[in-house]
Amino acid sequence: MKPLLELKAVSVSFDGFLALNDLNLALAPGELRAVIGPNGAGKTTFLDVITGKVKPTRGDVCFRGQSLLGISEHRIARLGIGRKFQTPRVYQNLTPRRNLELAVKGSHSPFTLLLGRLNADQRDRVQELLAVVGLEANASRPAGSLSHGQKQWLEIAMLLAQDPDLLLVDEPVAGLSDEETERTGALLRQLAGDHTVLVIEHDMDFIRELDCPVTVLHEGHVLCEGSMDVVQRDPRVIEVYLGVEDEEVSAGATSAVATSAVASDSGSHQEIT
Amino acid sequence: MTITSNTSVTPAAFLRRWWPWIAIIAAALILPFILPPFRLNLLGRFLSLGIVALGIDLIWGYTGLLSLGQGIFFALGGYAIAMYLQLDSLEPGQLPEFFGLYGVKALPLFWQPFNSPWFTLVAIWVIPALVAGLLGYLVFRNRIKGVYFSILTQAALLVFFNFFNGQQKLINGTNGLKTDTASFFGQMVGSDAMQRNLFWITVLLVIAAWYLCRWLTSGRFGDALIAVRDDEPRLRFTGYNPTAFKTVVFTVAGALAGISGALYTVQSGIVSPQFMAVPFSIEMVIWVAVGGRGTLIGAVLGAVLINYAKSLISEQLPETWLFIQGGLFLLVVTALPDGVVGWWRQGGPGRILAMLGSSPATATYPGLDQDPEVQAEKRAIESRAQTLESGASQPGGEP
Repeated sequence: MKPLLELKAVSVSFDGFLALNDLNLALAPGELRAVIGPNGAGKTTFLDVITGKVKPTRGDVCFRGQSLLGISEHRIARLGIGRKFQTPRVYQNLTPRRNLELAVKGSHSPFTLLLGRLNADQRDRVQELLAVVGLEANASRPAGSLSHGQKQWLEIAMLLAQDPDLLLVDEPVAGLSDEETERTGALLRQLAGDHTVLVIEHDMDFIRELDCPVTVLHEGHVLCEGSMDVVQRDPRVIEVYLGVEDEEVSAGATSAVATSAVASDSGSHQEIT
Repeated sequence: MTITSNTSVTPAAFLRRWWPWIAIIAAALILPFILPPFRLNLLGRFLSLGIVALGIDLIWGYTGLLSLGQGIFFALGGYAIAMYLQLDSLEPGQLPEFFGLYGVKALPLFWQPFNSPWFTLVAIWVIPALVAGLLGYLVFRNRIKGVYFSILTQAALLVFFNFFNGQQKLINGTNGLKTDTASFFGQMVGSDAMQRNLFWITVLLVIAAWYLCRWLTSGRFGDALIAVRDDEPRLRFTGYNPTAFKTVVFTVAGALAGISGALYTVQSGIVSPQFMAVPFSIEMVIWVAVGGRGTLIGAVLGAVLINYAKSLISEQLPETWLFIQGGLFLLVVTALPDGVVGWWRQGGPGRILAMLGSSPATATYPGLDQDPEVQAEKRAIESRAQTLESGASQPGGEP
């Protein structure tokens, strides 16, 4: 099957510092993929390159076989790539309903917004999404007054309203309660299939729950790919997360340590965010 | 239910709904006959400044673009009407007087279209709009924003100011063009009767401009402007092109500034490069800041009240106005970030009363009863309980 998204030998250099270094990655249509990596591995730059915010120094990014290089952010978004940001970014001064009405799929030209009205389908979609994320009761107060979890969900709803083919989701469960995390995971699994979903996350439990292929980034490079269990046993991954250079440590012993270390990494990160 | 509420409109309800308009119409009709011509003329001038302030509220209050160069578009509108009036009061074959001083024998080419009143009526707002649209597009396309945008608009203002100042042979340079002695429909523009008509035209145009701005800001277009202000990259990743929105709104603000400048010119009797002086464009921003950003009506109120205060105070204590204006600006920046109207809408007067000791009665704790978030949550819970109840009492009755 032809990949929906393909990064070919992408490098990004910020004043000589290689944020991405010869990165290759392909996503099949309908796939759910998780991307992990320690801080500074280039995860956010990786999303910036796909969405057109950062231009790769070398290499090519293809979406449905078409190169995305030199295309501005809003056109890439219109091609069907949606993005949820690391910290929830909703329009604080607008109500959740109006946030969704801005995001809902349709023409985004100034004149359509001025002279046209939302059609029945779009209005239904907004109402439906408000129900999906449980914000019906709060639909008419400024989004800035919502709780952190509600904002996360509102932003996910905005992403869904956009109805992209490829969803890039940056840390969707940071700061969410266990129950909310579970619901988010279920939602993402449900979306995969019709949509292609790429999740960046630090919460290893959450990624295990997603039960999908995992790509590990390190220093702007793909370190390894595979299921969560395989990845967690990979000595290179363990080394990256633990910073152990001692090769004499037996693989069996480290794997147990690594599991807890990786989990604690997620814990410490959550406290920061 | 709607039928009953429609048929039973009591005079009291009608008054409650329409009193601001009734007051405005009454004032507009009565003031010209009770105010001395001098005061009426001042009021008309300040009201016309309200239109340029509305444009600034659109681009700054809603879209977050702080332009310090609105004087460009204001002056362009003023020059357009002044050129027409200069030509309109001439006998055939004559040239405006100042051309003789500089030895100009033939009317410059760009003056020719201003023989036509229809062209002029369109030029007053289209020329500033085109200049604003072009300038805006070039700036916004290159993603210049924030303080760099402000500096750039001020630099553009200085360029225009110096250019107009130096063009004696084309537009009488630093002396400007006089309009009060020109004739219009056989009447002197500066005459009392004409000024009264201009006052009414100004009132109508302020209302029209306010409606236009309200229409622009009330729907999804307005939401997109607020989104540009609050999180432009986010909007971009949703598939919007912010450049288009900013260019459109900057163009509209330019057109409003042009109309404002034309009205101001005919009521003050002269247009000159001083309209493009740097402090004047900054003052425009102060009117909006004091009145209240993002409130529309605050922009008009700010322009009228500050200018009226300026003229009254300057008559008594000429030296003090700049200090008072600076003080007002400091007050707004430090204490009233949403201006006077924003403060009013957020219950500011009630807070003052509370500070003076007359706190509104509360059922539980003031901290809970007066917290809008807690109240919103309470209402949400109540409405949810109601839907549950109605669902329980009539099973299957819910859609």
